[in-house]
Amino acid sequence: MTSVLYDAPGPKTRRTSRIVSAVIGVVLVAAVGYALFRLSGQGLFDADRWDIFNDPLVWLDLLRALGVTLQAALYASVLAILLGMVISLLRMSTNPVIRVPVTVVLEFLRGLPVLLMMVFFWGVLGLDPFVAVVLALTLYNGAIIGEALRSGLVALPRGQRESGLAIGLTGMQSRLLIEFPQAFRNMLPIIVAQLVVLLKDTSLGYIVSMQELIRRGRLTAEFFGASQYGFSVFVVMVAMYLAVNLSVSALARFLARRRGQRVDPLQAVASAQAPAESAAASAGPGGDRPST
Amino acid sequence: MGAIAANLDLFLLGFGNTLLMLGGTVLFALPLGILVAAMRISPFGSLRVTSAVYTELLRNTPLTLVFFFMAFVAPRLGIDIPFIPSAIVALTLYTSPFFAEAIRSGINSVPVGQAEAARSIGLGFGQTLALVVLPQAIRSVIPPLINVIIALTKNTSVATGFFVFTLVSVLTRLIRSNPGDLVALFLGIAACYLLITIPLGRIADRLERRVAVLR
Repeated sequence: MTSVLYDAPGPKTRRTSRIVSAVIGVVLVAAVGYALFRLSGQGLFDADRWDIFNDPLVWLDLLRALGVTLQAALYASVLAILLGMVISLLRMSTNPVIRVPVTVVLEFLRGLPVLLMMVFFWGVLGLDPFVAVVLALTLYNGAIIGEALRSGLVALPRGQRESGLAIGLTGMQSRLLIEFPQAFRNMLPIIVAQLVVLLKDTSLGYIVSMQELIRRGRLTAEFFGASQYGFSVFVVMVAMYLAVNLSVSALARFLARRRGQRVDPLQAVASAQAPAESAAASAGPGGDRPST
Repeated sequence: MGAIAANLDLFLLGFGNTLLMLGGTVLFALPLGILVAAMRISPFGSLRVTSAVYTELLRNTPLTLVFFFMAFVAPRLGIDIPFIPSAIVALTLYTSPFFAEAIRSGINSVPVGQAEAARSIGLGFGQTLALVVLPQAIRSVIPPLINVIIALTKNTSVATGFFVFTLVSVLTRLIRSNPGDLVALFLGIAACYLLITIPLGRIADRLERRVAVLR
């Protein structure tokens, strides 16, 4: 789309572009260089600011904390997807006694900060921080995934449900066997994107004193002296988070792209049949035409 | 209800700080987001790359870590500002890429034929954007922008862990002194957040439906 906005650059534009690029490059390099200069002026790149990372125990501790973060994210992801499936089915229910309360609860869950739920489970109900974090993430993301799945179900062609009912499936069987698998596939990119959000939100466990990456990092820095190691521990934490999140985001993009390229099996069958059908028609009756 | 009435001053303080952070962040993050989105669609590759890198980095960093930087790391680097402005800076850094992406997807939602038609009657890049694409994009941009603001409202709560008194802090502060009223307090705080998020969501839904009819 954006490439429509301007012509393929001519010699003049290419020159302007080169000049602009050079200026921006210089400005960026200067800004980053100045920042690094200021930082190193404060001795932040001196060896004695980083020597704790020679100790494998420090790495072990941080990696274990990263493990706790990932574990919480994994539990919450699985539970949130399951909850989302249940929620989407309940919200599609024809019985208003089920549908209306679920809708109200969903509105409530989606409008609240996850942190408030975590504090509620941890501080008010007195649950273990890990459990509180997993529970809050499950409820919040389950509500969002449920809504995504519901819109996926609504977006399916009506014929899917109609033919499901026509071959004698009950309403629930048609939902589970025919519509749900399609809705799930269609919504997979959105669901994975939401799981990235979930993974990032595990860091809120820091505030409810869960022993996850940021809290362990801060404790590590304070143990060895925060004024000396605060910056280096921060850099390591950012690198860990970016490594994990960028990989999951790349997975989400890959899924979205594959989804875009994938040929719809129904259409593939239809287009494969079209020439066969005309061939069969020309060959006269008795061809292997599907009976109508 | 009694516990809420007795601690009304705390509620007002928390609610005020939440609104202050919300307003302050929108004030700075929206222009920054527009700038980043403009860079993202500009004809100059270097601008596009800069804005893409900025967007990807910030969107993949947890907000807690951005707050952590502003609260614990920045002061050691000589950036020493009070807690609420520092929270606004953290929220601005984190939210502006989301604004930028919302704007960019709105621009992308304008049918290509519109831009092609504008180009074919001889309009330049600036004219195409200003006269044809943006006036149409603005309509479909507003609902996603409101959704970003809703997310931002909820994100202001993260400041709780970084020395700002938010609505969530009301609960953490009163956990020990009012153990019997915690559920009521929780519901009161929830109501304050819903007071902001639900009306915004309604507006976004209604606008979305209007736009859908127009296209």
